Amino acid sequence: MNVNYNKDGDYLYFYLAGELDQHYAKGVKDYIDRILDDSTGYNNVVFNMGDLKFMDSTGIGIILGRYKRLKKCGVNCFIENPTLNVEKVLELSGIYEVINKI
Amino acid sequence: MNKVFVRFSALSENESFARTLIAGFLLPLNPSLDELSDIKTAVSEAVTNSVVHAYPNTTGDVELSCWYDKNEVHIIVKDYGVGISNIKLALEPFYSTKKNEERSGMGFTVMGSFMDELKVDSNINQGVMVHMVKKLAEIKE
Repeated sequence: MNVNYNKDGDYLYFYLAGELDQHYAKGVKDYIDRILDDSTGYNNVVFNMGDLKFMDSTGIGIILGRYKRLKKCGVNCFIENPTLNVEKVLELSGIYEVINKI
Repeated sequence: MNKVFVRFSALSENESFARTLIAGFLLPLNPSLDELSDIKTAVSEAVTNSVVHAYPNTTGDVELSCWYDKNEVHIIVKDYGVGISNIKLALEPFYSTKKNEERSGMGFTVMGSFMDELKVDSNINQGVMVHMVKKLAEIKE
């Protein structure tokens, strides 16, 4: 499991790669929260899942947790390019009712 | 009939081991990528439940068994931990006893949706047994 980020204008991109399960949950959460804390001037956060080969419902909890936090600050969240496996979990969770896919 | 049984520590690093083991074991059935992905995700959810909830103040094991007969795959994930006090509630979408840890409460919902059958048995302080069945589309010789 690996996460990187990139800032482009007022967009902050997180690139999730590998397999996201409970074992990596804390590391991923801590990394994303640290970048969110340390960055300024962003109004949109994108979770890119193009290289995320596996994710179970642990990932839903992580994304929803970040969404709730960012919503309070008026920052938009997006999910980008999920793989088919991951998309099934995302759809089942109903996460797209609050977070748009781009 | 073909079967496998493993017992491992209820540690989060074993979640990927459990998924990979089941995927490898089922390869002779030539499952579709979609079926394999569904099964791996369901196994991951069941094992994660045991890792997260079964042994809050102690350490313990998780038992994973899998067998198939023709195209019907059975998977049992079992622990000997604290058990589930209200299974009906636990099975409800978004219900979690650990909401403050940002858990989605979707584990059993994923298992139930991705597999064809899901049975959960539990007794307080005796553990939890999750039995899942998936019927693969066809046997490709």
